[in-house]
Amino acid sequence: MVKEIERKLPVVHMCTIVPISQTVGANRIVPTIAIPHPFGDPSRTPEEEKALRRKLVERGLKALQTEITEQTVFNE
Amino acid sequence: MSFKVIHYINQFYAGIGGEEKADYQPEIREGVVGPGMALKGAFKGEAEIVATVICGDSYFASNMDEATAKILDMMKKYQPDAFIAGPAFNAGRYGTACGAMCAAVAKEFNIPVISGMYPENPGVEMYKKSAWIIETPDNAVGMRKAVPAMAKLALKLLKGEAIGKPSEEGYIERGVRKNIFYDKLAAERCVDMFVAKLKGEPFETEYKMPVFDRVPPQPAVKDMAHATIALVTSGGICPKGNPDHIEASSASKFGEYDLTGVMNLTSETHCTAHGGYDATYADQDADRVLPVDVLRDLEREGVIGKLHNKFYATVGNGTSVANAKKFGAEIVNRLVRDGVTAVILTST
Repeated sequence: MVKEIERKLPVVHMCTIVPISQTVGANRIVPTIAIPHPFGDPSRTPEEEKALRRKLVERGLKALQTEITEQTVFNE
Repeated sequence: MSFKVIHYINQFYAGIGGEEKADYQPEIREGVVGPGMALKGAFKGEAEIVATVICGDSYFASNMDEATAKILDMMKKYQPDAFIAGPAFNAGRYGTACGAMCAAVAKEFNIPVISGMYPENPGVEMYKKSAWIIETPDNAVGMRKAVPAMAKLALKLLKGEAIGKPSEEGYIERGVRKNIFYDKLAAERCVDMFVAKLKGEPFETEYKMPVFDRVPPQPAVKDMAHATIALVTSGGICPKGNPDHIEASSASKFGEYDLTGVMNLTSETHCTAHGGYDATYADQDADRVLPVDVLRDLEREGVIGKLHNKFYATVGNGTSVANAKKFGAEIVNRLVRDGVTAVILTST
C-alpha cells in the first residue's frame, strides 16, 4: 500500500516493525511504540499517552518535510 | 547417534494462547512441543528434537535484538546440530521471527537452519539468503505437506548431501548462483530457449534477473501550514461494528470513513477489525492506532493546514500483496482527486 501511495503523494509509514517496512520499500519510516498500540502506551496516564502520541505524529510530519533520496528511518 | 535439532515456535503453536499472549517472553523447553511432534515423526529417528524454543510473536517483533540474544543463550547448552523454525505460513511477525532466529543461529552456531513460509511472508524477502525456507501454502492447512519437506531438507543438510535446485527440493530461491557444466554450449541453450519462447512453450531461465520493486521518494512537503494530511491505516480501524465487514485476516477490501466533526476516536465510535494483534488497546481508544485527536490539535494550532475529512483503513493480516497494491492504488487516486498533500500511513 505504501509504495502505491508513494507513486503519487508523499507518505510516511509509521509502524512498529521497521524491518518489514524497509523490506516492503517504504521511503520515509517512523518507528512507533508497540504492535497493538503504535501511538499509545496504556501503562501511562491518558495525558502522558497523548503527549507521546503527539511527539510521534510531529516526527511523522517532520519526515514528510524532509527531502530524501533513499529509504530513511526517522528515529528522532 | 541421531542429530540434535532445536525447534522454534510461537506462543500460538505452543498452545499458550493467541494474540492476548503474543507478548510471551522467550522460553526453552526440553523435547517436543506442538508441531514438533509432526517433525519428530518425519525424522524417523534420524534426528531428535532436543529442545523447543517458544516466543510470543509481538514480543519478538518489538524486541528483536534482545529476544535473539536471549534465545541464543538458552540454546547453547544443547549444542544443536540443526535449527528448525516454524513453519510460519503467511504469519508476518512469526515469519520474521523465524527468519531472524535462523540467521542468528547460523551465524552463532554455524549449523543448518531451516524454516517454512508462504512466498509473500515478509520473512522470506528478509531472510531467504540466510535460511533454507521451504515454500508452504498461506495457512496451517499446509502443515502436513510443509513438515515432511522441512524434515527431509534438514536431514540432507545434516548428512552433508548435495542439495538440488529450489524446484526439486521445495525451498524458496536463495539468490545463489551455481556453476554447472552442460554438454550444450551456452549459445545453443540460449537459442533453444528463445525458440521455445517464440513457440509459446515453457522454458526455464538459467539465471533469473532480480526484481527491484522500489518507488522513488516524493519531494518533501514545503508548506505544512497549508497542507492537507490524510490518514490511512493497515491497522483495521473502522467505525464501531465494522460496517463494511472488513475481514479480520486476508482482507479483500478497504473502507473509506468520514471524519467530518470527529475530534477524537473513542470506544463508543471506533474499533479495530484486525484479527492479527490483541485488539484490547485499539478498541479502548483507536487514536492509539490512528492518531486523529493529535492531528485535530495540530490542525487547530495551524501546524498543518487540515486533516483530510476521510480516512482509509484495511486489515494488514495475511493480506495478499496483490490486494494491498490494489487498495493502495485506489486510495491514492481518491486522495489526489480530493486535493490531499501528503499521507500518514499507520501499521500495527
